[in-house]
Amino acid sequence: MKNTPGILLAGFVLLAAAALLGTGCGNKGSGKLSAGALAGDAASAVYIPPGEHDEFYGFFSGGFSGQVSVVGLPSGRTLKVIPVFALDAEKGYGFSEETKPLLNTSWGFIPWDDAHHPKLSQTKGETDGRWLFINGNNTPRVARIDLSTFETVETIELPNSGGNHSSPYLTENTEYVVAGTRFSVPYPQKDVPVNTFKENFKGVISFISVEPQHGHMDLAFQIMMPAFDYDLASSGKGPSHGWTFFTCYNTEKAYTLKEVNASQNDKDFIAAINWKKAEEYIQQGKFTEVPAEYASNRMNEETQSAESTMKKSVRILDPAQCPGLVYFLPTPKSPHGVDVTPTGEYIVGSGKLSANLTVHSFDKMLKAIENKAFETEIDGIPVLKYDEVVAGVVKEPGLGPLHTEFDDKGNAYTTFFISSEIVKWKIGTWEVLDRAPCYYSVGHLMIPGGGSRKPQGKYMVALNKITKDRYLPTGPEMNHSAQLYDISGDKIKLLLDFPTHGEPHYAQGISADRVAPNSKKFFPIEQNKHPFRALGEKETKVVREGNVVRIYMTTIRSHFAPDWVEGIKVGDEVFFHITNLEQDWDVPHGFSMMGAQNAELLVMPGQTRTLRWTPKKSGVYPFYCTDFCSALHQEMQGYIRVSPKEANVPVKWGLGEDAFPL
Amino acid sequence: MKSFLICISLGMGMALAGSGCADGVEQPASTADASLAKGQSAVVDAESAPNILAIAIGSKDHSTLVAAVQAAALEDVLTNAGPLTVFAPNNAAFEKLPAGTLQNLLKPENKVTLARIIKYHATPGTFTSDNLRDGQQLYMATGHYIPVKVEGDQLSLQGAKVLGTVKASNGIVHVIDAVLLPPEE
Repeated sequence: MKNTPGILLAGFVLLAAAALLGTGCGNKGSGKLSAGALAGDAASAVYIPPGEHDEFYGFFSGGFSGQVSVVGLPSGRTLKVIPVFALDAEKGYGFSEETKPLLNTSWGFIPWDDAHHPKLSQTKGETDGRWLFINGNNTPRVARIDLSTFETVETIELPNSGGNHSSPYLTENTEYVVAGTRFSVPYPQKDVPVNTFKENFKGVISFISVEPQHGHMDLAFQIMMPAFDYDLASSGKGPSHGWTFFTCYNTEKAYTLKEVNASQNDKDFIAAINWKKAEEYIQQGKFTEVPAEYASNRMNEETQSAESTMKKSVRILDPAQCPGLVYFLPTPKSPHGVDVTPTGEYIVGSGKLSANLTVHSFDKMLKAIENKAFETEIDGIPVLKYDEVVAGVVKEPGLGPLHTEFDDKGNAYTTFFISSEIVKWKIGTWEVLDRAPCYYSVGHLMIPGGGSRKPQGKYMVALNKITKDRYLPTGPEMNHSAQLYDISGDKIKLLLDFPTHGEPHYAQGISADRVAPNSKKFFPIEQNKHPFRALGEKETKVVREGNVVRIYMTTIRSHFAPDWVEGIKVGDEVFFHITNLEQDWDVPHGFSMMGAQNAELLVMPGQTRTLRWTPKKSGVYPFYCTDFCSALHQEMQGYIRVSPKEANVPVKWGLGEDAFPL
Repeated sequence: MKSFLICISLGMGMALAGSGCADGVEQPASTADASLAKGQSAVVDAESAPNILAIAIGSKDHSTLVAAVQAAALEDVLTNAGPLTVFAPNNAAFEKLPAGTLQNLLKPENKVTLARIIKYHATPGTFTSDNLRDGQQLYMATGHYIPVKVEGDQLSLQGAKVLGTVKASNGIVHVIDAVLLPPEE
């Protein structure tokens, strides 16, 4: 059946007319004031006087930027951008030899990933300010950021997965961070026709243990699930601690034109996983240890260097062999977000195509399990009867529900993508209390502690997908937008509208007092055990071994030691090992080498970082400090003499009157 | 399938005036309410491919629908990223309703009912004519299912015939010749 798009042109012409007529309103000069419509007290509510600090840290994922930005709230000021899954030339992340292993995978070095969901570590269901975890969606990974240094210190790859989306959504004492595959893949991975999806594909959910003292991650076990698409997750709290809930869509098992074919079923599922039961089964040895290849990469705090280990196997639990491990809760129309209320009793499922929000009861779920109120079974996993688990329905609150967070007064806040709004509703009565528009097409939202047992319901942030006219135009692409709302009263009140970095899929917020006191000012130099450190200018040297030349160099205001080196030859493999001798807060030194096919280094006080350089042309080339460090910053500079490959120039180096070797 | 052409309407003033922006009226910043801030339908963009709302506004045969969308405050829904498939009754379709029905629905006190009726014409997803099959159940934005009927080349929903189809930047518009009415609550 073919139709002719006859009115397409009409739309274009009309829009032109609209533009002409519409210029008088809303979008220029003082008009913006009326449309933007922020009350005077809204401005003062987000105003942080010079020198004063924000009340909350916000950690916003960068999505396809592969990074995390740290934003002060309520001001909306960007405090830092932390590279996680993406190279960052600014900090030398992924360029320095010490940080490269953090991007290692079973595929080798991968310089980018799609960072979706930051999640703060928790103790007893409260954010504790120790670490931030975030998932890499594309080449399945999870990373850990240390909140004393705001640096990425660990990444772990996930085998048997394809699109790590429902992650990290950790448990209430950070026992585990979880990772469910959004795209099912052949298991084991093999070369099969795509249309054998139903026979050959599986969905795997991973539980990554977190060692409580250092935060080290290990892949504890995986659960072999049907080939659905596991979308988001939420771990239980209080009474439901011990369970983690995963939404899944595409229970149709479609592999093509999913926008139509994965939306057929009236209900998909929330998978309830009893991970304490999983621990029992692991202890009983009811797992299969299967070959797998995945990288585990950790920053060694002593050597300040990341180390990559390739793991060779993983323990897999099969729900069909492990009764009581997994149950399916039927949930209408492609549930996207799943969010457990602060009390741990309710499980909110946002069927993204559904007209209503579905809320399940944990208590009812346990009773339904006890009474074996099963509708059917899929691959040995019981499907609970919908009526036996549902606690309530929020009726027609908006269009396109995605995610829910909570305040400390028993209210829930759900985003609606299509109707572009956040709707506030009452837990228990399911009545809609208020709604606020978002600009535009909101995805996730964030309330500090809003996914934990103790939300701090003062502010709420909308993380939007579309920006269009919110800020001055910057070509076809705009930074995404966020809005900050005051939710302390009965009515949601818009306070601030600010651009974000990359695509802020999700964010976390935490009281500044849980993080700021632990923030490191420098790395104590006496603890630096880097194998190529130079803990004083007397330890600096240049060592040649074959065509490898190691330059042990130091920085202190305002010179390098040594600041000249000779005897380097074209084709050598040169390593600049730069130790920053400063022991003073916020005095990193930068290092850049002319002609190096590399980034700069940004070396924190007390730290050693290494830049690899292969000189290509003979001559004398400058290097210099890139981070303005003192009034004599420009003088912090030196030269490297590069001689032809066959030259016989001896290795020499120096600083001031001194030249070495003596 | 028959093609049809909707003439360019020059009498656009009504539709534009409905966008919520009263010329010359500016709220003082100190008393303005954030809720007055406008949604995506207020974005001024004469260059991009038209969205569902723009297509409806651009069709003189859909002025009643546009007025209803505005009365129900659904302009932003039809402008957002979507995707939505909208079955858009033309003016003649509204004229088939019993006398007084439309006038009644357009009253502010009936905004919720009107919004439900309009949402009953929309389903999330991009359903081109090619991927609608006879007997297929479409899940509408109200939560109801409507079966698709295909007889030869003729697509219809509950007796409302699809007269033509337009691709929008944020979905699909199927023009229909009757208004769909959701079951009573």
